[in-house]
Amino acid sequence: MMAMLSHTHRSDSRKLQMKLNLIAFAAMAGLLVIAPFAIYPLLVVQILCFALFACAFNLLMGFTGLLSFGHAMFYGWSAYIAGHVSKEYGATPELALLFGMATGAMLGLIVGALAIKRQGIYLAMITLAFAQMMFFLAVQMHAITGGEDGLQGIPRNRLFGLIDIDSTGRVYWFALGVFLLAFLAMWRIKRSPFGENLKAIRENEPRAISLGCNTARYKLAAFVLSAAFSGLAGSLKAISLQLATLTDVGWQISGEVILMTLVGGVGTIFGPVIGAVVVVGLEQMLLGFDDWIPVIYGSVFVLCVLFFRKGILGQIQHVFQKD
Amino acid sequence: MDHLSIQLIAGQVLIGIINGSFYALLALGLAIIFGMLNIVNFMQGALYMLGAFMAYIVGEHLGIGYWGALIVCPILVGLFGIVLERVFFRAIYDIDPVYGLLLTFGLAIIIEGIFRIIFGSAGIPYSIPDSLRGGINLGFVFLPYYRGWVVLVSLVVCLGTWLAIEKTPIGARLRAATENPGAVRTFGINVPLMVTCTYGFGVALAGLAGVMAAPIYSVSPQMGTSILIVTFAVVVIGGLGSIVGAIVAGYGLGIIEGLTKVFFPEASSTVVFVAMAIILLLRPKGLFGRMA
Repeated sequence: MMAMLSHTHRSDSRKLQMKLNLIAFAAMAGLLVIAPFAIYPLLVVQILCFALFACAFNLLMGFTGLLSFGHAMFYGWSAYIAGHVSKEYGATPELALLFGMATGAMLGLIVGALAIKRQGIYLAMITLAFAQMMFFLAVQMHAITGGEDGLQGIPRNRLFGLIDIDSTGRVYWFALGVFLLAFLAMWRIKRSPFGENLKAIRENEPRAISLGCNTARYKLAAFVLSAAFSGLAGSLKAISLQLATLTDVGWQISGEVILMTLVGGVGTIFGPVIGAVVVVGLEQMLLGFDDWIPVIYGSVFVLCVLFFRKGILGQIQHVFQKD
Repeated sequence: MDHLSIQLIAGQVLIGIINGSFYALLALGLAIIFGMLNIVNFMQGALYMLGAFMAYIVGEHLGIGYWGALIVCPILVGLFGIVLERVFFRAIYDIDPVYGLLLTFGLAIIIEGIFRIIFGSAGIPYSIPDSLRGGINLGFVFLPYYRGWVVLVSLVVCLGTWLAIEKTPIGARLRAATENPGAVRTFGINVPLMVTCTYGFGVALAGLAGVMAAPIYSVSPQMGTSILIVTFAVVVIGGLGSIVGAIVAGYGLGIIEGLTKVFFPEASSTVVFVAMAIILLLRPKGLFGRMA
């Protein structure tokens, strides 16, 4: 009887949670629709790309419990490839995004297969090292990446060969559409049986193994998905902002995406989006004091790790769950 | 093989051994700290940079010169590390070690950022001490005295540390505390003090490497992070828990890097990472490592 009661209670709270999430999604979408009328649209696009990137990163860190310190390689290299195919072969934006995602997925498959041979802290070091290797390759492979100059003036070709997106106003709606679709897709993945398995691995891997779950395969799949969506974020950035440079593939970006996820709330659905807003907002506030940005980021890192490990959204949820 | 190419190879191998000396010192510090604190110290690179800047500040401006700096700077860096350990690390010992990496990453970019604000990104020149200028022609290779000195110091420090940990009573306690801190504490040994001292020693090694690097590489705020990431690969190859692994992999990869510069220069910046990939395929726990 007690068990049944608590079961109905739990499913009630799940329904409530779902309802709250749907309201939050509607609110987020609504805010994003009016945002470009209040804020410079390309700045919001930048937030959208980072938010998408952080959500993709959260797929791995938050939902599977694997810390990658090298996600810049997926973001940056996808930006290069999407930019390259748009520039050199006139690829349409949807194709460029697909190429970018495929780049992320392929890199994710190779790096992931090697990295998940070790766990925890090793995984972070291995991914960081591979990302550095991909950074050096980006410096050397001028033909694709443009070396030190990067790719500039990447054309915004017609969407599906038909729709003109080549203006600040239009590209915003394109970026928003891609973001919302990808966000829903990742949310769906989290709620799927596959996502439940990832959660089981995060909570207790030996137990998941003993229940017959092939955890290595699941971890690799999560790694590839996370890399693919990071790739989508990178290529969206390349097309919308028309730029792909060494900055996108450097270790600082890997740190930034961790920071966004950590600030917003690791493992929450909307946390990474909030984190992206906070980080880009900080950057804007510090315009003109660029030198201070690393110091501020570092301090936020330290404060989050010491006092605020749940992040903004995690902390809010924690307070509400207590009542 | 003609005479010239032997000289070329010997020259690059020598450069490799010198780079390897720095990898080995940094990896050794990482290994000792990881063994005792279960933390991957991302600050190791920033503290190496701090050592190099201190050699410049203390050595040039306080007038104690290179030799004074060589003694004073590692001690100062070690003390600085001890302060950071006491202030920041207590809160994270009992949680996932991943947070240790994130915390030290945050501290590292703060330190690096502050130095960039003060000194800018451009390098600062630091000259070789007068007594170690010049060099000797060994026939097959020209050995600058200073570089020979760096290799010598690094070898002595690495071997000395290894011997101290493997053969002395203090080292035995350290190994025991690494294995089972709870049990060692019941024997009346002050484990937290040991942890703090270990951290201080580990980062002092980074400081020492920094002082010795100052006359060779240009002293700049970003010098630490780039070498640290290579050192991470070195540590993965050697096996993170292993002192011997850190030393052998450090020198070994330096030499491999040097040889790559001769035969396939385009790959010289990436060869260490390729080596890491191969090791992960063939022997995931590292050359000398135990599986974590």
